[in-house]
Amino acid sequence: MTQTTVKPHLMAEVAVAEAPHPFPVWGGMTTIKFAIWLFLASEVMFFAGLIGAYIVLRAGTPTWPIVADVLNVPLVALNTFILIVSSVTMVQAYAGIQAGDQQKLKNMLVTTTVLGIVFIAIQGIEWSALLGEGTTPSESIFGASFYVLTGFHGLHVTGGVVALIVTSIKAFRGRYSQTSHDGVELMGLYWHFVDVVWIILFTIVYLI
Amino acid sequence: MSTESGHANPGYMRVFVFLIILTVAEVGAAMVLATSSAKVPLLIALAIAKATLVAMYYMHLRFEGRLLRFIAIFPLILSIILAIPPLVDALS
Repeated sequence: MTQTTVKPHLMAEVAVAEAPHPFPVWGGMTTIKFAIWLFLASEVMFFAGLIGAYIVLRAGTPTWPIVADVLNVPLVALNTFILIVSSVTMVQAYAGIQAGDQQKLKNMLVTTTVLGIVFIAIQGIEWSALLGEGTTPSESIFGASFYVLTGFHGLHVTGGVVALIVTSIKAFRGRYSQTSHDGVELMGLYWHFVDVVWIILFTIVYLI
Repeated sequence: MSTESGHANPGYMRVFVFLIILTVAEVGAAMVLATSSAKVPLLIALAIAKATLVAMYYMHLRFEGRLLRFIAIFPLILSIILAIPPLVDALS
C-alpha cells in the first residue's frame, strides 16, 4: 500500500482543502464566494457610472476649479495611506485564521475596524471644512459631483465598518477556525474592493 | 482568497511597500507635473497599477480560476466601452 507524504508546511492547506464546507461548492469555489464576486462586479458598474459621469461633467464644464486649491490633498493622501494600511491588516487577519492563529485574527480585525472608523472621521473633517468654506453640493457641478462620488464611497466604507464589527464579534466568540472562515474571506474581498475604488477616486478627484 | 486554490501567503508586506511607494510617486507627480501633458496618463497608469496589485494579491485574483477573473474584468471592459461615446461627445 502506498502512502502519500505531505510536507509539513503544506499540512494546514491540505487540512483546509479536505474539510467540509458549510456552503455548497461550485466551479471550484463556494457558492457564497461566487455570489460576492457577482455583487462586486455589479458594484464596479455602479462606480463606473458615477466616475464616468464625473469625467464627462468635468470635460464639458468650462469653469472647473483647480482641485489642489479647493481640496485638502495632503489630508486625503493621509486618508489614502490609512485605507491601504487597513487592507494590509485585513489580509493579515485572513492569513492569521488560515494559519489557525485566533489572536492574530482578532487583533487584525479590530485594527482594520479602527482604521475604517478613522477614515470616515477624516472624511467627515474634510467635508465639514469644505462646507464651511461654501463648497456645497448645490453650489456648482464640481460640488455636486464631488459629494456624490466621495459620499457613495464613504457609505460603502461605513457599511464595511459595520460588517467588520460583526465579523470581529464573531471572531471573539470563536466562530471562525482554520478549516471554516468563509466570513473572514468575504469580508476581506469587500474591504479590498472598497480600497480599490478609493485608489481610483483619489487619483481622479484629488490629483488630476 | 480561496482555500480551494490552496495558495500560500503571497508576500503581503512586499505588496504594501509597493503600494506606498506608488502612492508617494502619485502625489509627487501631481505636484511636480502640475501643468505637464504627461500628468494625466502617468497618474492613471499609477492608479491602475495600485488597483491591480490590490486585486491580484490581496483579493487573490492571481491565484483564482478563469471564471472569477472573467467576472472581475468583464464589468471593467464594459464600463470602458460605455464611457467612450459620452466622453467623446463631451470633449467635442
